[in-house]
Amino acid sequence: MQLARVIGTVVATVKNESLVGRTLLVVQTLNKDLEPIGKPSVAVDSVGAGVGELVFWCRGKEASFPFKREDTPTDCTIIGIVDSDAHVTC
Amino acid sequence: MIIARILGTVVSSQKDERLLGKKLLIVRPINVDGSDTTGYVVAVDTVGAGFHERVLVVAGSSARLAQGLKDVPVDAAIVGVIDTVDVPA
Repeated sequence: MQLARVIGTVVATVKNESLVGRTLLVVQTLNKDLEPIGKPSVAVDSVGAGVGELVFWCRGKEASFPFKREDTPTDCTIIGIVDSDAHVTC
Repeated sequence: MIIARILGTVVSSQKDERLLGKKLLIVRPINVDGSDTTGYVVAVDTVGAGFHERVLVVAGSSARLAQGLKDVPVDAAIVGVIDTVDVPA
């Protein structure tokens, strides 16, 4: 799991039926100091996150576990919203 | 998931029988602003995407979870055609 900032949205009308109804967000992964690392990617939202929020996401097959797990093709899912930037300490 | 642009097609007559009838496309990962990156991926199309369209590609074992790809030996699948990517400055 990694921290990320939601920086945008993606709209895709034509999509695999197993993704119908899912929200797609652009996320920028952050390091422990909340600075961007790497390139943004697209994640499926499972918690109702919005643009600008600090979230954490998981990748790999586990990304489908928040949903009906055998049915949702996602390798990157937002699984939690961090209360605020100040709630990340290390 | 990554955003990619469709570069071309792959034709394969001799393949795993679970891939029969599946369309194989060459896609190049792109940035959220639409600019190209390097490299390419061969992905199975599940949505009827066309040449030069921006698409969503899911990689790894999750690709098999897309409808129509159950137990199919794939690690990259096109699961959506992108209308817009909105990243406020």
